Amino acid sequence: MPITAQEVLHIARLARLALTDDEVAAFTEQLGNILEYMKKLNELDTQDIGETAHAITLRNVLRDDRVESFAEREKIFTNAPDREGDCFRVPKIIED
Amino acid sequence: MELHHLTLEDLAEYLRKKEVTSREITEHYLSRIDAHDEEINSYVTVLNDEAIRRADEMDAALSRGEDRGPLHGVPIGLKDIFCTGGILTTCGSRILSNFVPPYDSTVYRKLSDAGTVLLGKQNMDEFAMGSSTETSYFGAARNPWDRGRIPGGSSGGSAAAVASGLCAAAVGTDTGGSIRQPASLCGAVGVKPTYGRVSRFGMIAFASSLDQAGPITKTVKDAAILLEAIAGYDPKDSTSVDVGVPPYREWCGRDLSGTRVGIPKEYFVGGIQPEVDREVRNAIAALERLGCEIVEVSLPHTDYALACYYIVAPAEASSNLARYDGVRYGYRSEGYSDLIGMYRQTRADGFGVEVKRRIMLGTYALSAGYYDAFYGKALRVRTLIKRDFLEAFNAVDVLVTPTSPTTAFRLGEKTEDPLTMYLSDVFTIPTNLAGLPGISLPCGRDEESLPVGVQIIGKHFREEDLIKVASALESVLGAFGVAGESGAREES
Repeated sequence: MPITAQEVLHIARLARLALTDDEVAAFTEQLGNILEYMKKLNELDTQDIGETAHAITLRNVLRDDRVESFAEREKIFTNAPDREGDCFRVPKIIED
Repeated sequence: MELHHLTLEDLAEYLRKKEVTSREITEHYLSRIDAHDEEINSYVTVLNDEAIRRADEMDAALSRGEDRGPLHGVPIGLKDIFCTGGILTTCGSRILSNFVPPYDSTVYRKLSDAGTVLLGKQNMDEFAMGSSTETSYFGAARNPWDRGRIPGGSSGGSAAAVASGLCAAAVGTDTGGSIRQPASLCGAVGVKPTYGRVSRFGMIAFASSLDQAGPITKTVKDAAILLEAIAGYDPKDSTSVDVGVPPYREWCGRDLSGTRVGIPKEYFVGGIQPEVDREVRNAIAALERLGCEIVEVSLPHTDYALACYYIVAPAEASSNLARYDGVRYGYRSEGYSDLIGMYRQTRADGFGVEVKRRIMLGTYALSAGYYDAFYGKALRVRTLIKRDFLEAFNAVDVLVTPTSPTTAFRLGEKTEDPLTMYLSDVFTIPTNLAGLPGISLPCGRDEESLPVGVQIIGKHFREEDLIKVASALESVLGAFGVAGESGAREES
């Protein structure tokens, strides 16, 4: 199933990935080959078959939505790439 | 006998007889890591001082009569996918290369409670995506039996460390075979438990409906001991299942008479290395001599499992890996002008090529217009694959197959062609899709003396059946032992 470089760029935008020209070329070919292989699944008639998203039957786990304090706040902030006080700093998203 | 040849079982006994201390064992392993790991590259982080401190604590506790059981004072390694509070946790990726978790995964918590001494965090394919440990940001790990070859993946660091005597045992994770395949390629024992048996809390997510943690050890009994320690319900993981944990150890050494062993004919077709086929068939013959009834069964949708997996796993991965955006933790790139640019550049620089390939594949499979044709279709095929197993288990207790179609391949041999690499997991993937437990244990060698593994697959939540059959098989085939400098077996 051939895919185009434009499709690869579109997917990369959705996935928030910047790709180099070489990566675009390589992925266009490789994803095409892999997707071609995936078409094998079309040999099977699955019209009346249900979907299995989880192999084990799970039930929904609910709990009260309660605020709990986390003792290790500072340890979370020390992982921040860019921090200002108790905030994670990111580039400005609102124009002046 | 040197300490690194001892099993968990033996170590526990020597510790209690005061023939050795946890500190002595820990120092022995640390000095071996220091001497040999540059070649094997099985560790990302080694906890020299912390491990000694912890061993002293465990020695003191034991002398006070405070005994935490068979893992008390035993040095182990953990795949670098488990969050360890205050200890670097990289998941084999640049994007987490500076990440120090503020909390413990449940697996690590349980191992700590059981008294283990953590030697370090072990090398792995980046985000557990790979079958060779070549995608690690920290460089490839090596197979101790032939250092020009891969140890398998993604828990390749853990399997290589166990096989070269650089830890007494390890815990890895398995999404499509990432415990069983490296165990097989390194001559170790590896268990992927039933999905839901072991908590995934604090285990960095790759594909949430498939990931499961499990032991990699020298022997089946050791695997049973370690599994008992990490298994069980955890309210912090909504996919963990609340069923009791049997005493797995007690299933070692039992009689196999009357056990029905299914041989799925679809697993013995073209593409298998002849020596793998030969050694696995020998193992099946041994099971027959042990009193098992051998039954040929069919899993007709086996041929579709690989395509199904490489839609489902990347789809889940693309969603799970959306959290790596350079905002709250991990690596952040420089040189962007806006927020989206920061995300895109951070992810471009932070992820390696295999991770990007799978994010792309998963994003494609989930994108508008393709969702039904790919993801929906794969989930329906997953139902058929699961049904095949459930039907087979009406007639048999366990299934026996090769673990990997080949023995360890050479470094670099398959990195250019992703589809060929994906085929390494062709025999392990179906059990993840169906959520079933599987064990791999060594069953022989190929012409170059590389280990061959046999896989035993069981019913949901029947890990004890795997332990029973594998333990009996091991008692006739023998455990594989530890690799020496030359890749030859060290005398134990």
